[in-house]
Amino acid sequence: MELKLKRVNARHPAAHSAVSPALKAFDLSVATGEHIAVIGPSGAGKTTLLHVLACALRPSMGSVEIDGRDPWQLPRRELRRLRGQLFLAPQVPPLPPRQRVVTAVLAGRLPRISLAHSLRSLFYPTGIAQADAALARFDVADKLFARVDRLSGGERQRVGLARALVAQSRLLLVDEPLSALDPSRAAQAVQSLVEGARDSGATLLATLHDVPMALRNFPRIIGLREGALMFDLPAAEVSPARLEALYAQKLDELQGTGAFDEPPSAKPAPVVMQCR
Amino acid sequence: MSAVLPTPASRRDPAWWGRVFWILAGAVLLWPMLVLSEFKPWQLLAPDSLTPALKFVAGFFPPRLDADFLLMVARETWRTVAIATAGLALALVLAAPLALLSVRVLSLSGMAGRMAAGPAALRVGVRGLLVVLRSVPELIWALVFVRVVGLGVTAGVLAIALTYGGMLGKVYGEILESGDAHATISLMRNGAGRLQAFFYGLLPQNAAELTSYTVYRWECAIRSSAVLGFVGAGGLGQQMDASMKMFNGSEVSTMLLVFVALVAATDRMSAALRKALG
Repeated sequence: MELKLKRVNARHPAAHSAVSPALKAFDLSVATGEHIAVIGPSGAGKTTLLHVLACALRPSMGSVEIDGRDPWQLPRRELRRLRGQLFLAPQVPPLPPRQRVVTAVLAGRLPRISLAHSLRSLFYPTGIAQADAALARFDVADKLFARVDRLSGGERQRVGLARALVAQSRLLLVDEPLSALDPSRAAQAVQSLVEGARDSGATLLATLHDVPMALRNFPRIIGLREGALMFDLPAAEVSPARLEALYAQKLDELQGTGAFDEPPSAKPAPVVMQCR
Repeated sequence: MSAVLPTPASRRDPAWWGRVFWILAGAVLLWPMLVLSEFKPWQLLAPDSLTPALKFVAGFFPPRLDADFLLMVARETWRTVAIATAGLALALVLAAPLALLSVRVLSLSGMAGRMAAGPAALRVGVRGLLVVLRSVPELIWALVFVRVVGLGVTAGVLAIALTYGGMLGKVYGEILESGDAHATISLMRNGAGRLQAFFYGLLPQNAAELTSYTVYRWECAIRSSAVLGFVGAGGLGQQMDASMKMFNGSEVSTMLLVFVALVAATDRMSAALRKALG
């Protein structure tokens, strides 16, 4: 998918209008099939950028073009079809705790199948092989029929990534896919993502806290700080000096010590009997 | 230490006066309501009202337990459970689509920015319909349906279906909105339809709460079908009404014991279901 942002301002819908926007006069153009890592200190606007590209957030100013069309001018049906062709994987994997892994992974293909088919798949999963293959890429195939709330934080994150592969979308937007993974799993996960995107010819944008990992696996690096583009360079040209400028005053994040945070556990709250 | 830190006498909890004010205000507001509802608990202990009351209660012992009567009670109990279950099933058919229509989480236009005017108006309309359905007491619905379909269980079933449809629809909507919507919204952001997002995100997220509430409502429906029996809608309530009119306390107490057993059974069932789904 071809993406073009022109002078885009965007802020989180819950943010106060006096707060400066998370993205400020942001320009970006991405060609079909590119693999891009977005780096920068926390609060730089990385997640907001992904939300704007995923048509999940309407920019307050500027224009977005996806394959030459402004998604916010499209009729509702067309916009939904467009959303079905892209996949946004949020940082905390959006998996209902009582759902089984196979169902959660196969939920990635919902835009491609009919309502009747998706109901039939709830009765008996119709894509077991597909889900199994996607899970195997992230080394969690043994959890195929386990319940999501029985998984560790890292396993949940990998199940969320397996869903992204099952979606077979033309644009993959992955937010911080490694936050709950140990270093060897993280390397494997990034490689599987990149391979998956390459196999289907999809455009891939991932935000990463792990800068060396980004430099190793992605040909193009975008540095973001306080909602503005600091640099947009091939990985080989990203010098330590640029990184230090990008992470100035936040060097602990560059070293990766601040990045290894477990997402909050999604343990289901006990069900209370309400007398309503 | 206390010598170092001065503690002046004026250092009092500033929230105290507010607390006293609201307690007094509550009492002042409650008083006219107690007067209006003729709340005079000491009347319960006056000898000329206590004696007939005790006589009435004394008539409950011992419960009637002969085989013929128990067989009849068993048959009517079964009928009562059937009324409650059929009524609740119909209420579910009514409530599920209305709840889905009223849930804001499942709005595609509300996902990025404000909800469009049409869908927002539809949601208000559906909520209004739910209010009407549940604000008419099931007793009134039963009186209406007794005239339409005649004396018998059908009137009870329809009355429960309408009132409980309104209650279930409202509370289902609230449960679905109060849970974590992240999974559902993520699915819709990626192009899934509203019903697909419901079945793959919203429903698994809230299944245990929905089940628990439905079983509780089933228990209420069993109780409610007893009341409906008093206006001729069949079941154990109708028998209880007949026994009551004959001043046959021992029969009434047997049937009350059956109700206690039914409610206890639904309680166990709900606990088991919650454990299975938890």
